[in-house]
Amino acid sequence: MRLLETHAIGASLERMDGRLKVMGTAPYAFEQRVERPAYLHAVQSAIARGRIRAIDTSAAERLAGVIAVITPRTAPRLACESNRELWVLQSDEIHFRGQFIAVVVAESLETARQAADLVRVEYDAAAHDVRFHAERTDLYAPKVVNPDYPTDTDEGDAAAAFGAAEVKVDATYSTPMEHNQPMEPHSTIALWDADRLTLYDSTQSAHSVRTTVAAMLGLPPGQVRVVSPYVGGGFGSKGEAHAHNILAALAALRVPGRAVKLALTRQQMFTLAGHRTPTIQRFRLGAHRDGRLTAIIHEVIEQTSRFKEFAEQTATPTRIMYAAANRRTSHRLAALDVPKPSWMRAPGETPGMFAGEVAMDELAVACGLDPIELRVRNEPERDPQSGKPWGNRHLVECLREGARRFGWSARDPRPLPRAEGSWLFGLGVASSTYPRYVLLGSRATIRLENDGRYAVQIGAADLGTGTWTTLTQVAADALECPVAAVRLEIGTTDQPNATVAGGSSGISSWGWAIVAAARELRRLHGVRPSPGAEASAETPKPPDDATFAQHSFGAQFAEVRVNRETGEVRVSRMLGVFSVGRIINPRLARSQLIGGMTMGLSMALHEESVMDERLGHIVNHDLAGYHIATNADAANLDAVWLDEVDDRSTPMGSRGIGEIGIVGAAAAIANAVYHATGRRVRDLPITPDKLMT
Amino acid sequence: MTPFAYERASDAGAAVARVAANPDAVFLAGGTNLVDHMRLGMAHPQLLVDVTHLRFATIESLPDGRVRIGSGVRNSDLAANRTVRERYPVLSQALLAGASGQLRNLATTGGNLLQRTRCAYFQDVTTPCNKRKPGSGCSALEGCNRDHAILGASEQCVAVHPSDMAVALAALDATVVVLGRQGERRIPIADFHRLPGNAPQRDTVLEHGELIIAVELPALPVAALSTYYKVRDRASYAFALVSVAAALEVRNGLVEDVRIALGGVAHKPWRALHAEAMLRGAAASEQNYRRAAEAALADAKPLKHNAFKVPLARNTLTMVLRNLTAGARR
Repeated sequence: MRLLETHAIGASLERMDGRLKVMGTAPYAFEQRVERPAYLHAVQSAIARGRIRAIDTSAAERLAGVIAVITPRTAPRLACESNRELWVLQSDEIHFRGQFIAVVVAESLETARQAADLVRVEYDAAAHDVRFHAERTDLYAPKVVNPDYPTDTDEGDAAAAFGAAEVKVDATYSTPMEHNQPMEPHSTIALWDADRLTLYDSTQSAHSVRTTVAAMLGLPPGQVRVVSPYVGGGFGSKGEAHAHNILAALAALRVPGRAVKLALTRQQMFTLAGHRTPTIQRFRLGAHRDGRLTAIIHEVIEQTSRFKEFAEQTATPTRIMYAAANRRTSHRLAALDVPKPSWMRAPGETPGMFAGEVAMDELAVACGLDPIELRVRNEPERDPQSGKPWGNRHLVECLREGARRFGWSARDPRPLPRAEGSWLFGLGVASSTYPRYVLLGSRATIRLENDGRYAVQIGAADLGTGTWTTLTQVAADALECPVAAVRLEIGTTDQPNATVAGGSSGISSWGWAIVAAARELRRLHGVRPSPGAEASAETPKPPDDATFAQHSFGAQFAEVRVNRETGEVRVSRMLGVFSVGRIINPRLARSQLIGGMTMGLSMALHEESVMDERLGHIVNHDLAGYHIATNADAANLDAVWLDEVDDRSTPMGSRGIGEIGIVGAAAAIANAVYHATGRRVRDLPITPDKLMT
Repeated sequence: MTPFAYERASDAGAAVARVAANPDAVFLAGGTNLVDHMRLGMAHPQLLVDVTHLRFATIESLPDGRVRIGSGVRNSDLAANRTVRERYPVLSQALLAGASGQLRNLATTGGNLLQRTRCAYFQDVTTPCNKRKPGSGCSALEGCNRDHAILGASEQCVAVHPSDMAVALAALDATVVVLGRQGERRIPIADFHRLPGNAPQRDTVLEHGELIIAVELPALPVAALSTYYKVRDRASYAFALVSVAAALEVRNGLVEDVRIALGGVAHKPWRALHAEAMLRGAAASEQNYRRAAEAALADAKPLKHNAFKVPLARNTLTMVLRNLTAGARR
């Protein structure tokens, strides 16, 4: 693959949007200036399953300042029934507690909220079922798991090999329901101008919101414009249109020519913006006494909503991580009366690698081996799943480099008390991996403007990750010009189509489209184009993917302190070493990677959405109750990377770093807790009650 | 949120008269809890009477050794006060263990005492709660009750009091000074908060219209060696699973004086008087600390999801007393 010559790439540029954000002048969706907006507040179902018998909106409608109260009886009809999550206000049926069942349009936010409280609803409640456990008899195999991986894999005779193994690990791991919770809530401003709709939205993909919303409304996509230049985090939850987009579009039909504003409350974000399924994972490892694996069996149980399926691909990393002749993986789902699960922070890899990497630690203990040595002994020469050679697999280098930097060799391998007062100390390690995804369908257009700068247009998203800055760097090198000569335009459907900021695919996919467009510009207009010269190109099909297995790898190290009297766990330091190809911007890359590690720490110790099964409802639905790591919890984290250029993945030499930081982090911490205490906690989060003696 | 009127009182007497005359009026100080409740649809006051500009924002050392803290003193200022840090470190530490920097800058001493439980069901108007809506039932009793009470609860309510500061004040035998239409009255901190019994809607013994104007700390030599330990699910910005406020004076290997209060275990800060009595005059030993801790938790009645709080409180109290003893030796 022809690589870019790098000048801007590799520089630690400051965020181009940083100043605007710090000054509070970068317009987030809800802050976009519109004339005389109306405000929305939704009414939500108080039952988890059944039907609406009656809705009395009269008191709400009498309130001064209320423009309309829209219910399933009065809502405009949608065109497309295929996506039940978006089938908003179209039927009396209730699928989960907290579902939108009406919306108030009012002159002020306060009035809308007050009026929503005045709507009286009567239900015909049906018995709901939100019980997630392994003994359910109605577990089923989905056709594929997200996005299109096989549900099950089976090679060799895993059961027989496990039965005959000299050393065995057979353990069940569980992770709770979790919620993405970006700081900026999901918000939309909807404005109809005749039959054209504009959405100011907070999204990871302006174009996919356009396509989805247009289909639901029965409009050609060209009649829907989506504007989303700045996004305050998404973590997967803004990767696709959700019900609030449709709710806003429907409500705005009542006030043609006038914008309506809708922002989810923090509490609503625990119901209406996706979540990570809880998982129950049985892991079996069979090995020779020297640690070489003979059998790997990974069986995953997860939940989906009854009304629309989402199957997290939790066992997929197990299919590529380690060599063993006999391997089996499977996913089974419980269909429950819950909101639809969705993408969250490296879906699949995050929970799957928690289970797999703790199981490897258990095997290391069982074999009396150093956990790094165990992994080295099971390093596969080729991708065990596809049989292809690796594009760039440097897991062992990451483990060894991390061991050197973290002081691993001084670690006493025994899980024995090393105490200072009440505090025990321990070190843990885990591997990390994430696929290199390039999504097809993005297009970039480059035009030389009269001022001598290149306008580079692509409808990409910056969720806070740094796209404004890093794509500018890519464009500068692609055009062989200084960064200052590039004017990047992203974040709206006014620009050419761009695929979602998800799957760590953004820079790989969009950057490649920009590189292709720049090369096309050169081809058409030579090295000295005249103002007005323009070219456009799409992300090409990656030429080497048919030949090579393309994945990133990493190693996570954690040191924890555990109070033996109170069960408190504190992470005193953490290091991630990653093999991710070339780094576009070290400053932003480090931020992204330690951000991921912080989320992994948060998953290990804090995050849990607590379901009251009687109600079908998340009780700890705010940021005081749903604990995310604070600065005090994540005080000493560092991330480094191998000096590497990947000439098989993208012309930038990069592989995408969006999500790998979280993968394996929770396992490293859980393994460190075991090393400190001798107690193996297999059920996240590791809260004090689980370590009480 | 329901529309409401807002007024600033000209003085404390006027504020009391205004609120006492209107059953739907409330005082507004820092607003860090009340405004949340209004947003969540739990509280619907017609009138807010702002008392933040009244002159209750000073900390005075009185001639007899007591310290008088104005009810309007912000949590941050109280925690940073030199007298408090030197003579009552447990209070400063408890304040700093609570909430976040932003909230402590806004929250007041009086408001902190009056903050209401963070029981998730109490804060969610779509679920039954006897504290929010008497007679509607307790959702936590058979529900998600990991954070709930193990001592002094009733069938009506198993919520815990959320304040850290109040736990320290309980250990310090503080007095709450209150202004009502009949003038001032002084309420010992131990009598200020209520157990839920059959009226969980009432957190304290305050009557409607009574305004906290000050909190007084006794001259208490033992408080100079005191500490607050808060066990929580994350290192900052989380309510206590269990907390311990303790002061200890050891002389010649014997416990001369001791004060112990527990947080996160009951509807009010839980003073461990029996454990204190066992320890006074006894050898300052690990065994006696452990025995006192067992006595403090002897009446614990855990719920389905919070049995861990019993050993946790025992261990934490033992550890805190041991650490105080070691600290005194240094």
